[in-house]
Amino acid sequence: MDISLGLLGNAIVSGLLLGGFYAAVSVGVSISFGMLDIVNIAHPVFIVLGSYGAWLLGVWLGLDPILAGLVLTPLFYLLGAAIYQVYHVSFERRGDQAMRGIAFFFGILFITEVLLILAFGVDYRSAQAIYVGPSLHLGGIELPLRLLVPCVVGLAMIGALQLFLSRTFLGRAILAVAQDPLALRLMAADPIRIKRIAFACSIATASLAGAFLIVIQPVEPSVGREYIGRVFAICVLGGLGSFAGTVIAAMLIGVMESLTATFYGPSWSPAVAFGFLLLALAWRPAGLLGR
Amino acid sequence: MATPIFAVLAALAAAALFAAASAVGNGYVFFAGYVVLQYVVLATGWNILGGYMGYVNFGTAGFFALGAYCTVALGKLAPLPVPVFMLAGGLVSGIVGLLMGYLTLRLRGAFFAIATLAMAVVLQTLIVNWDFVGGASGAYVMRPAHAPILGTDYVRYLCVLMLGLAVLAVTLARAIERSRIGYGFAAIRDDEVSAEAAGVPTLRLKLFGATLSGALMGMAGAPFPYYVTYLDPASAFGLGYAINGVAMPLVGGTAAWPGPLIGAILLGTLQQLATVTISSALNLLIVGLVLVGFVVAAPNGILGLFRRRPAAHDASRRRFLRLRI
Repeated sequence: MDISLGLLGNAIVSGLLLGGFYAAVSVGVSISFGMLDIVNIAHPVFIVLGSYGAWLLGVWLGLDPILAGLVLTPLFYLLGAAIYQVYHVSFERRGDQAMRGIAFFFGILFITEVLLILAFGVDYRSAQAIYVGPSLHLGGIELPLRLLVPCVVGLAMIGALQLFLSRTFLGRAILAVAQDPLALRLMAADPIRIKRIAFACSIATASLAGAFLIVIQPVEPSVGREYIGRVFAICVLGGLGSFAGTVIAAMLIGVMESLTATFYGPSWSPAVAFGFLLLALAWRPAGLLGR
Repeated sequence: MATPIFAVLAALAAAALFAAASAVGNGYVFFAGYVVLQYVVLATGWNILGGYMGYVNFGTAGFFALGAYCTVALGKLAPLPVPVFMLAGGLVSGIVGLLMGYLTLRLRGAFFAIATLAMAVVLQTLIVNWDFVGGASGAYVMRPAHAPILGTDYVRYLCVLMLGLAVLAVTLARAIERSRIGYGFAAIRDDEVSAEAAGVPTLRLKLFGATLSGALMGMAGAPFPYYVTYLDPASAFGLGYAINGVAMPLVGGTAAWPGPLIGAILLGTLQQLATVTISSALNLLIVGLVLVGFVVAAPNGILGLFRRRPAAHDASRRRFLRLRI
């Protein structure tokens, strides 16, 4: 009994840490899907791209992976702005984003993944950093730094984004465009420009999230696929566009997955997020906190 | 043209195709042809829900694999003929399509698309953990030495079955397109709320579409274990099916039955050629590039390039939308 209690405590704690990381991964989709109604199913592949960026900078310059992720955010911002431009011209303006827009991102997902395979092969890559190996011990509970650092930095990133959205003019404009683009236009602000900035920000978070990913687990090009369901499950569960909801939902899914992996075996854990998503969509499409 | 006449003509065309392939005298034609025909069925099945009704299904691989694993499971219990397996696979996938539709089709289109993606992963996890059908390590399927008809070559027999299924799928899609059901589908695609208000039984039609679409995909997957003789979850749930299922109809054009047919033949043949001449990794890159190119530059697919009407319709709709905004 004692052992299983310790096991339970450890599973819950590592699930919470994992949840912090999941929140960082999902916050980009929370912006693009939750606020801008852009169904960017290619977001996880941008995260994998971020992982490879962090890995490359680590190999070339010996840079710390998370620092590398931070350094690369401007590049990802530009990439996001470019993608939004194509998306807007080709789909939003035609009023055709529902079906072809999704197919567009689906195509991007495949192109990026295959390009990564062609460039780096399908070998697993991992990052070097001082916090990858050791753990902290609090009582009987183990806190692996490899999970703790991404969790803390990820939550800090979400907090910074929340501050940006609620305190700056641009951030408030982004929240406004999510509610009513027409009203924004009447205020003489260009909704297209605001949306472009917001979408670029959402892709920029993928750079840091990718760095977290490669700290937590070895990465190969198709690893993003299992995150597709997870991030959308978290977003829908968290109530689309609410950051607090995203964090809570991410922690919930992290704990559920960790418990499943501990007590039933890791091969069942992918089904948790997706099963949760299906149930959430069926019975509570507005999410836990609602909108 | 009435549906029975079309069915007879399609069957004749299929027979002529088979005769021509036999005349080539190279077994590889059937080996590659099977894959292309399988994509014709998948694309046509996808288009019933995706093209006619506007609900994007990313779970093509899930339904396909369900049909394939149905064959593996049943084949362990009793060695039935392949057409029976196809019916069984179609039945199971149809039921799953109905259930999934019931859970998710009341939602907005984007949620449905994500839910289908999720469903494929849940199904894959179930199969990976189900030891009876081989679990993660996969299962071998013994192919009989001789085909029940046409003498020796088993792949040729499978090819005939798939040809028949393709004729069935295309005929069915064409019949639906021209029926009351098809008009209901189109109404849902254009504006679901107005359709509901005008008395179109939207939920019932959507469930019917999801069931039929899933059943066709499952039937396409059922003979697959006999084609490859070894089936594992990674290959049965390969994302290649998911992207091809979406890309082929969109490239061909989703508004009418020739669209998925053209798209499947074109992209399927292209991929077969690329696999033989270049590499199979490049396959998906080609499909991805073609898909993105078409949705950006030719939103109505190859069919749209030849028809004037959809473009004019688009322009008027755009004007209407601008008025609304």
